[in-house]
Amino acid sequence: MAIFSVYVVNKAGGLIYQLDHYMPRSDTEKTFSYPLDLVLRPRDERVVVAFGQRDGIRVGHAVLAINGAEVNGRFTADGKDVLEFLSNPANYPVSIRFGRHRLSSNEKLMLASMFHSLFAIGSQLSPEVGSSGIEMLETDTFKLHCFQTLTGIKFVVLADPRQAGIDALLRKIYEIYSDFALKNPFYSLEMPIRCELFDQNLKLALEVAEKAGSFGPGS
Amino acid sequence: SRELFVLTYGALVAQLCKDYEKDEDVNTCLDRMGYAIGIRLIDDFLARSSVKRCRSYSETADMIAQVAFKMYLGVTPSVSCSSAAGNEFSLILDKNPLVDFVEELPAERASLCYCNLLCGVIRGALEMVHLAAEVTFLQDRLKGDAVTEIGITFLRKAEDRKHRRN
Repeated sequence: MAIFSVYVVNKAGGLIYQLDHYMPRSDTEKTFSYPLDLVLRPRDERVVVAFGQRDGIRVGHAVLAINGAEVNGRFTADGKDVLEFLSNPANYPVSIRFGRHRLSSNEKLMLASMFHSLFAIGSQLSPEVGSSGIEMLETDTFKLHCFQTLTGIKFVVLADPRQAGIDALLRKIYEIYSDFALKNPFYSLEMPIRCELFDQNLKLALEVAEKAGSFGPGS
Repeated sequence: SRELFVLTYGALVAQLCKDYEKDEDVNTCLDRMGYAIGIRLIDDFLARSSVKRCRSYSETADMIAQVAFKMYLGVTPSVSCSSAAGNEFSLILDKNPLVDFVEELPAERASLCYCNLLCGVIRGALEMVHLAAEVTFLQDRLKGDAVTEIGITFLRKAEDRKHRRN
């Protein structure tokens, strides 16, 4: 069972801490000969599979590396355009690695702010006064748990749907935050958290939660 | 380690007295320091005590006296409401650990509020949960009064809809 990531959002909606604890890797590397039977299209600074799903390479996966060298957005490591490179039969056979792209830190910042706004909307929509706001967001691949403190800080944990004990984990993260971030005299409130002790203790807490947590089948 | 804390506090006040001539300056300094502590201490308090949101000023005052003071100083002041509007409260401390080793204020420091740090802490902590308040010492045993009394006056709640969580 796994806890995928932890986000801490400050009062204004800015992301002040983010940890990717466990990201399921779904990369596939394959060797191809000309012509390429996948349809690739540029999207958002990346080259993405648009059609031709097969063998673990799904639509939406991005080109991560060509011949072992990681691509840089839409360009190969040596600066050539990826689509041009792949349309030239002289470059084949070529080995390409596909996978789900990781979120960049800017994207994470944006998503955190968006969640902050959705959280506020959620509290307003409540028919009763005194709503706690969004506590959980459930999908088939993960559950997002959120805890907002009385001071306005939000702790968000993304975990496997079968993982139990996340409520206790959120309270524990609050304690760790108040101990290692707030009591650090050089940490300014509402700023990004860059405290080693906070990192270490958070990782420990995540490991404890994972072990003690769910009773589902082992992964 | 309570003693170490009390001694450290005493040393702090003594040093401030050396640094500033006027009592008001020392008081302001203590209040500011308390405020800086209060804004951080509130999260520690909320994390460890897992109290629910207080729905009224009197609940808040009770919480401060019975839970917070107990947790951090080991004493439980008694609370009384001193205004008809219900927004002024006083905490009466019969035992104040911070002044364990202090006999009386020196003659030239007659208007020094020795424990003004506490006022700042309470003010800072309340501000972080969106409750503006004025906190002062109404009576002080060190100045010859019978008891030590801290007065908390809740000001109009900040109409800050952005962070309101009902």
